[in-house]
Amino acid sequence: MIHNIKGLVATAVMASVLAAGSVTAEEPTQGGTLVTVLGSNVRNLNSAVQSGIVTGFPGAQLFASPLRYDENWDPQPYLAESWEVSEDGLSVTLNLVKNAKFHDGTPLTSKDVAFSVDVIKANHPFKSMFAPVETVETPDDHTAILKLSKPHPALMLAMSGQLMSIIPQHIYGDVAINEVKTHPRNNEGTVGSGPFKLVEYKSGEHVILERFDDFFIDGRPYLDKIVMRIITDPAARAIAYENGEVHFGAFESLPRIVNRLKKVDSLTVTPNGYGAIGPLDWLAMNTQKGPLADVRVRKAIAYAVDKNFVQNALMQGTAADSRTGIHPDSPFYNGDVETYDVDLDKANALLDEAGYAMDGDSRFSLTIDFGWPGVKPQVEYVKAALKKVGIDVEVRASADFPTWAKRMGEMDFDLSWDTVFNWGDPVIGVHRTYDSTNIGKGVWSNTQGYSNARVDELMAMAAVESDAEKRKALYAEFQQIIADELPVYHVNTLPYHTVYSDRIGNPPIGIWGTSTPIDMMYLKQ
Amino acid sequence: MTFINTFATRVFYAIILLMAVLVLNFSLMHMAPGDVADTIAQSMGGADKEVLDAIRTDYGLDQPFLVQLGRYMGNVAQFDLGHSFFFNQPVTQLILERLPATLLLVISAQLLALFVGVVLGVYSARKPNGIVSHFVTFFALFGYSAPVFWTGILLLISFSLMIPILPVAGMRDVTIEGNFWVHFIDVARHLVLPMITLASIFLALYSRLSRATMMETLGSDYVRTAKAKGLSERQVVYKHALKNSLSPVITLAGLQFSAVVSGAVLVETVFSWPGLGTLAFQSIIARDTPTILGILFFSALVVIVGNLLTDLALRLVDPRVGGKG
Repeated sequence: MIHNIKGLVATAVMASVLAAGSVTAEEPTQGGTLVTVLGSNVRNLNSAVQSGIVTGFPGAQLFASPLRYDENWDPQPYLAESWEVSEDGLSVTLNLVKNAKFHDGTPLTSKDVAFSVDVIKANHPFKSMFAPVETVETPDDHTAILKLSKPHPALMLAMSGQLMSIIPQHIYGDVAINEVKTHPRNNEGTVGSGPFKLVEYKSGEHVILERFDDFFIDGRPYLDKIVMRIITDPAARAIAYENGEVHFGAFESLPRIVNRLKKVDSLTVTPNGYGAIGPLDWLAMNTQKGPLADVRVRKAIAYAVDKNFVQNALMQGTAADSRTGIHPDSPFYNGDVETYDVDLDKANALLDEAGYAMDGDSRFSLTIDFGWPGVKPQVEYVKAALKKVGIDVEVRASADFPTWAKRMGEMDFDLSWDTVFNWGDPVIGVHRTYDSTNIGKGVWSNTQGYSNARVDELMAMAAVESDAEKRKALYAEFQQIIADELPVYHVNTLPYHTVYSDRIGNPPIGIWGTSTPIDMMYLKQ
Repeated sequence: MTFINTFATRVFYAIILLMAVLVLNFSLMHMAPGDVADTIAQSMGGADKEVLDAIRTDYGLDQPFLVQLGRYMGNVAQFDLGHSFFFNQPVTQLILERLPATLLLVISAQLLALFVGVVLGVYSARKPNGIVSHFVTFFALFGYSAPVFWTGILLLISFSLMIPILPVAGMRDVTIEGNFWVHFIDVARHLVLPMITLASIFLALYSRLSRATMMETLGSDYVRTAKAKGLSERQVVYKHALKNSLSPVITLAGLQFSAVVSGAVLVETVFSWPGLGTLAFQSIIARDTPTILGILFFSALVVIVGNLLTDLALRLVDPRVGGKG
């Protein structure tokens, strides 16, 4: 399957330019300082060694990656002007743009790509992204060939957004590969090849970036400067959007605040653009413990918990329905699965059938955990809902995140409310929850102890299937089994919203939230 | 030289206290389930088991408790507070970067609370049943009992949104350019709301106390004598009575200094004030032991220095304190 996209790309770019034009209907203007926010302190600006959405925003401005994705999940050229996947799927050739430079003026070459892959493999938490990459060959300065041990279609998404940041070998190559995560130039004097360069990072205060004049895409970026203010309090952020102090922000998820900001005339609030981040809220069930080992009990619980109540009352209509482990915005999503509209008779019948007869007004008791205060209403609701079918639920609060994480990691729980991200391809963020070889390996592993040979097989096949349609079919079956066997009951998407003032042109509403270059964003005069 | 002696004893106790603070908190942190590796994984959107184990090995979290404690205390003895796991920076640097912001907030709030508290207290002591006195009492108690984060958000909504005259968050606006005075005014504008919020908690204490002591003083013999001498009301109140009724207020202010520092945690969080409070909050959430202990160390220092300064202030207003014999 030779896949040279040059021609196609030109058309695609034209199309997206036309599409963008029809939306904004005006020419982007050059200049201005964008004031935006980060919801928490940045641990590390170097996105090759640190994952997470807070690093993603500055990371994707400082460092460029081989590809970028449009809102239709189609790969677009970025550092790689074209790419080919070999017939056997075992080598991926990246033809790099010739004029890419790092912020210190050094040209970016294929050596930096090879170095970055090594650094990411040694330091980045998502091991599955590049695990099949054995070596990176560099026949010339502008060609990098990734040699794989097996076909790895997930590589495409893993080469975009913040996941494959190309970092300069001449800066970060002076320490051992696995020590790059503590390199002094991760947060100071950080050098990448992205549209913006670092001016200053002040912990707890701000990250300031300014336009990189030698950026490899002519005429971009449009903004002169970006000030990312660190404002951790959501209410204070909301006021800052409202009074115009902050022009743009992403990852706002508190329903009350989202709904309030929607009413402000000068602001646009949209849930679009988070498909690849793929944040999902679910009710996790420990399939290895007590009554929950019986799938009928898990189904009964699903029938007793009213998703509509969670989505419309607790989340105040801000969250979308979620039915499988894959985010509804993903092209792999299959919504045609078993659903569990609330039905207490069915729930009671299933529990009777499973051998848990009603004794007085109670059948058995369970505990429910939660890791952060924001989801306490959800667990309190589950407690009340399950009481109706005779399951006594005790809510176990955790003092803080690590306490909860430890309980989860050691599978010391019955039920738990959890939020997990897809992170692009299902191989990266979805498999970990259902893979029977990943049981009980820390928080956000297969903490449910779920094991199904067919599911393992489907994931293994999908991981190496190069044909997109066949891959989709494998994941469709996978999702049906998950929805049928309910190691977790998927309730809703985490309602991330992007907020921007009417001065903003071309806000990033692709698939990666703000973990994507904002070289096309501009401020209207 | 009693003062030197007292001072030396104070310092000696302070060091023991600091050690105890560190050992106790280190042990408490260690006893809690889970550790910073989990929060690092959280900030990264999850991590494989191997990555978690690697983080624990890197930071020595896989070592036995006593080894970890010994290593930490050994470093502290050499004035090295260690490296923050979560913020990826030396703790001392992290704290020193933020200490000025906290000092600015805490000291200005304390002074504001003291000044306004005493002025209101004295005023209402002179007319204990006047309308102003009742108003002061009500207002002070209101500030005292309202949660600071609520007061903060309310002030934000009022003065940043409804009447947008003050900035929402942070300590400075990095987009403005200009000379020293431009930046000075900018920081001052950012300081107004957090300072008032923090001061509002302590205003009640100081105004109530100065009202009470002032009323007592005004009823004492020497004040009557002064009045009988024919001194004006103003002279009696401000020259004689005020100075004598100040010492309990100053003592209380000294005792409250630690409360002001802890109050700063919430205020800083609400206003994204880049001080030790936000750092403390974040590092506790992140279970970042070296940073938490570092902050405790510095706050203990700040409180100790604050108390010593209180002592000095007391000596200034009341020569009887700390006199020989």
